[in-house]
Amino acid sequence: MDTHIEIRNLNVFYGDSQALKDVNLEIPKQQITVIMGPSGCGKTTLLKSLNRFLELTDSTQLKGEVLIDGADIYAPGVDVTEIRTKTGLLAQRPFPLPMSIFDNVAYGLRLHGMCKKGCSLDDRVEHYLKEAGLWDEVKDRLHKPATGLSIGQQQRLCLARGLAVEPEILLGDEPTSALDPISAQHIEKRLLELKHNYTIVLVTHILRQARRLADYVIFMYLGEVVEAGLAHEVFDNPKMERTRDYLSGQF
Amino acid sequence: MKRRHVEELFIKILMFFSFMFVAGSLGAILITVVVKGLPALSWQMISQVPKGGYYLGKEGGILNAIVGSLYLATGATILSFIFGLPIALYMETYARKSTRANLVRLALDVLWGIPSIVYGAFGFIIMLALGIKASLLGGIIVLALLELPIMTRAMDEVIRLTPFEIEAASYALGATRFETAVKVVVRQMLPGIITAIMLAFGRAIGDAASVLFVAGYTDRMPTSLFRPVASLPLAVFFQLGTPYPEVQQRAYASALILTVIVLIISLGSRWLSSRINRYVVK
Repeated sequence: MDTHIEIRNLNVFYGDSQALKDVNLEIPKQQITVIMGPSGCGKTTLLKSLNRFLELTDSTQLKGEVLIDGADIYAPGVDVTEIRTKTGLLAQRPFPLPMSIFDNVAYGLRLHGMCKKGCSLDDRVEHYLKEAGLWDEVKDRLHKPATGLSIGQQQRLCLARGLAVEPEILLGDEPTSALDPISAQHIEKRLLELKHNYTIVLVTHILRQARRLADYVIFMYLGEVVEAGLAHEVFDNPKMERTRDYLSGQF
Repeated sequence: MKRRHVEELFIKILMFFSFMFVAGSLGAILITVVVKGLPALSWQMISQVPKGGYYLGKEGGILNAIVGSLYLATGATILSFIFGLPIALYMETYARKSTRANLVRLALDVLWGIPSIVYGAFGFIIMLALGIKASLLGGIIVLALLELPIMTRAMDEVIRLTPFEIEAASYALGATRFETAVKVVVRQMLPGIITAIMLAFGRAIGDAASVLFVAGYTDRMPTSLFRPVASLPLAVFFQLGTPYPEVQQRAYASALILTVIVLIISLGSRWLSSRINRYVVK
């Protein structure tokens, strides 16, 4: 297994309450890793620790290390915008930026000056919209407001927008939970294709989705990692009793 | 009828009467101004400056006050926007719910509540100390002080309605706080910014007390930032204060002009904000 992200002794506190306890994990490169567990177990906190999103909330404290490609992203002097450029994020609900469909995808490209001489912004935008499987539906209304799209389309737009800054890692925080079944399927299909080029980390509470997508599974309970391993091993042969209970739907 | 339905009916009636009260007040003011002002309104009034004996009922107009008021209010609005937008953005993007941001909000709210005559007197004292005379520039600065809390708090309220997830989406793409503020938050709140500007402009153009000391009054057209300037509210005040009925009527005509200016700006900004509204994420 080729490790892309390594988490060492990670502890996270919101004020006085501890959200993550001594998390140690290795997340494999270019595979889909699914974080599962009951609500409030720290799934989203773990995910947000990977792109330094936790510090956007006041009174959050973090101890430990998160290494991407061997370098600690919490080390002093690390440029947080660089970390976030490296990691794309799909939120629970899609939030397009207040601009046109085209500008949503072009936003990151312009921000980082990624499309300079000899590069056509139109081509790049088209490329990423195709990669997110949205091109055919929006090619005739690229300059219309992004809010005119359906929720499912908006989530794919958010995917295209995230891909455009050429991240190595895609984070998904229950990215299909607000979507209808068909849109959710669209997103799942995309993720399965994208895993060949990206390391994908997904939070989900839908067990069947986890089974469909996961190569590697992390099971969490009350802020601790209960079990982590290859998907078929964890699903078919869980070592811990809590995992077994969860998989059989006991909590 | 059940108690809940009586409650519902009571509230409905109450709402109807509060609406009628507000709409009625506006209607009464508009009708008074139009009925009393329209007969005295003439092309001469809006195209000429006062001639000798204007305040005794002779020829002339109040073009000096119309232009003066537009200069004063526009200048003050631009000036307070230059300070107000960064303050509002700072409170949202950098300071959020911190004590510091709340202190700034408190300070702005207190400033909002200060009567405009106090701003005028304050400006006057400073000008005396510095040895400056009443001028367009003085008027612009004092009116900008008057506008600043109104504009900033109005923008602040709109910015606070921006869903944090939109900012988060921008951060997730590797944007800095500054880039997010300027490229995303400002676009999201553009209709709100326009409303805030309009509110502040309306307040400034209609204020007489603060310009009384610091901008002075003159029958000439404004030509320099350092000369006194006329304004519509004071034109109304001076004309209404004369003993001549025909001059008093012109005061109502001046008030009508002022109302029409505010109306045009108000409707114009509504139209503008509905045009840019379409990109706003709800």
